Amino acid sequence: MNMYEWLQTILLFVVLLALIKPLGSFMAKVFQGEQTFLSLILAPCEKVIYRISGVKPEDEMGWQRYAGSMLLLNLALFVGLFTMLMTQHLLPLNPQKVPPFSWQLALNTAVSFTTNTNWQAYAGEQAASHFTQMAGLAVHNFVSAATGIAIAIAVIRGFVRRKTSMLGNFWVDLTRCTLYILLPISIIAALLLVSQGAIQNFSAYKSVPLVQSTNYDKPKFDDKGAPLKEAKGNPVTENVIVKEVQIPMGPVASQEAIKELGTNGGGFFNSNSAHPFENPTPLSNVIEILLILLIPGALTYTFGVMAGNTRQGWMLLGVMLFILIGAFGVLQWAESSGNPLVAKLGVQSINMEGKEVRNGLAGSNLFVVATTGTSCGAVNTMHDSLTPIGGMMPLSLILLGEIIFGGVGSGLYTMLAFAIIAVFVSGLMIGRTPEFLGKKIEVREMWMSIIVILTAGVTVLIISGIAMITPQAVASMANPNAHGLSEVLYAVASIANNNGSAFAGLNANVNYYTLSGSLAMAIGRYVPAIAVLAMAGSLSEKKYIPPSLGTLPTDKAPFAIWLTLVILIIGALTFFPALALGPIVEHLMMVGV
Amino acid sequence: MKDIKPAILLFIIFTIICGGIYPAIVTCFAHALFPKQAAGSFLTDESGKELGSTLIGQPFSDAKYFWPRPSASGDFGNNPMASGGSNSGPTNPDYLKTVGDRVMVLRDSGVTGIIPADLVQASASGLDPHITHESARLQIPRVAMARSVSEDVLIKAVEQATQGRQLGFLGAPRVNVLVLNLKLDRL
Repeated sequence: MNMYEWLQTILLFVVLLALIKPLGSFMAKVFQGEQTFLSLILAPCEKVIYRISGVKPEDEMGWQRYAGSMLLLNLALFVGLFTMLMTQHLLPLNPQKVPPFSWQLALNTAVSFTTNTNWQAYAGEQAASHFTQMAGLAVHNFVSAATGIAIAIAVIRGFVRRKTSMLGNFWVDLTRCTLYILLPISIIAALLLVSQGAIQNFSAYKSVPLVQSTNYDKPKFDDKGAPLKEAKGNPVTENVIVKEVQIPMGPVASQEAIKELGTNGGGFFNSNSAHPFENPTPLSNVIEILLILLIPGALTYTFGVMAGNTRQGWMLLGVMLFILIGAFGVLQWAESSGNPLVAKLGVQSINMEGKEVRNGLAGSNLFVVATTGTSCGAVNTMHDSLTPIGGMMPLSLILLGEIIFGGVGSGLYTMLAFAIIAVFVSGLMIGRTPEFLGKKIEVREMWMSIIVILTAGVTVLIISGIAMITPQAVASMANPNAHGLSEVLYAVASIANNNGSAFAGLNANVNYYTLSGSLAMAIGRYVPAIAVLAMAGSLSEKKYIPPSLGTLPTDKAPFAIWLTLVILIIGALTFFPALALGPIVEHLMMVGV
Repeated sequence: MKDIKPAILLFIIFTIICGGIYPAIVTCFAHALFPKQAAGSFLTDESGKELGSTLIGQPFSDAKYFWPRPSASGDFGNNPMASGGSNSGPTNPDYLKTVGDRVMVLRDSGVTGIIPADLVQASASGLDPHITHESARLQIPRVAMARSVSEDVLIKAVEQATQGRQLGFLGAPRVNVLVLNLKLDRL
């Protein structure tokens, strides 16, 4: 790394850390129903929303009703988006006259955006109308993010409240999260992005002349749309001269802002945040990385404030930062060492395949770890073209279960499940009572925590295993050998952990991936969410046990180290065999051992 | 189930707020504050005709133009309707052959020494408007010969089309290929 890259990296984390306390305490106020500086404008709006929708804000919910409301809303989101995708040719704001989605793709996309995954098996500039992008996909970016945050807040209440089964009101948490947190930050962020060159308009696509015309071989099709082939079986093509190109337009910045802030990650364009209209400058790149890490990071502080122990929040943040920076270090090393097979051809030895010049190596790599440590999945770099060890970093961050900052809300509650496992195991080892934040950890909490941390992993291993013996799934691989396995493993890991980024060479728009993927996204989102709410329900009923000499302090460095080890050991035990066959074999092939 | 009504109504309300009001607010402010950027940062000629966007790279292969990064976008290089990278893995034999072919093309055009990675490895978007300063400099002799202009003129043009690190430290210094080539045509 050169001096500038060091400076960029250090300043990014300094700014992030500086924002965590103010935003974290603001969010705590919002969810505890306190007055904030936005209340003057937003409190009346909030009241109107409750009145129209028939929500009684003082109505408290037990965990079952909280989970039920969450599922009902998500069902409405799913049905709404599915319908919209199937009928977008009939809806307004479709200047390009794009056709409707196929049902498999609509199902996959609707589940994907409802579960905050934003896996995309379509190319945005070709397949989605302005209306779909704005009134469908962008809305889901907000609401799925707010869903995750609301669940996390309910779980925090489970730890904090005593001898009650009530966890708060889902509708209130959802509404306040959207109005007070997501919308204001998105508006500011979207305008910052526009200032850098992100587009924001409703124009039809623009034609511009090429300075130098170009040409390509266009395959010919018969009347039925099947490709024509000559006698030898080669496709028949005609040479087409291109003198002008169409440049896609649309409300990009508004979607870009919430896509990063809500750790959604679904791009307006096929190349996502690598596209110059989504991420035009090095500054916009840093802003987007900050947006991705902002809420998951600040929620650790919110947790600390609500739990009455901010050290506890900083401890969790410390663990996250440690693993994130470690992964960045390895990735930066791998990408700046480059690919010896390319260097042999007389090329400078850094890996620029699938990266943009303006972002540079550090700007690309920081984005890679931020987007996969969180469950964002936006990309400014084509992860498929990373070096093998480099590509193993985003893959590993996803496989750890999206806890290194993690998704908005889901990162925190999954991390808390890991903390409970760590408390329990250490309690067994040193003979102390397993307690966390003054609540005794018993059988039910252990069961729920295990479900939370293992659901995604088990789903990944089963679905990628089946893919390996399914001809259609294997044929989708774009690269041969070990790298093909990495592509499939990455795809399934990304889906089941609700990340949404890809080793995008893999053709995911085939029935095996769209259908098994829809199932995996739903399992990966809702099973842990319901389990963690069930856990919160039982925790909130327990009485508070004040810390004694027999209590293991969970807000100090030794526990942070222990928690880090537990996370890494569970991750390694589950996935090491698969990683050994994919990226590690490929690395050995590349360096020629 | 008394929660069915709020589920449906809140979904509708949030669709209106987040899908209608929010983008409308952003669009209004964007057009008031940054109209050029919001519209796509287009370059125009004297008559106001759009020549291209400074953010969207165009394909160039003539010796008299500076060449952009390789593009793996759909159908043809730098196709804005099909953005994307090659997604080639680092040990893929087809990929290594492609890079080798690009190296040969550059060698044939007179480039010696180690070739900058960005000039033979495809960009992520397939639309990358920039190349590194190095990549521009090593094309100067070829362009100078094709255009029969002195290298000094081109060195100056490259320097003028170079953007430094943003705020002095962010990202990488870079040359906008479309801006540079349009300038050459007007020399």
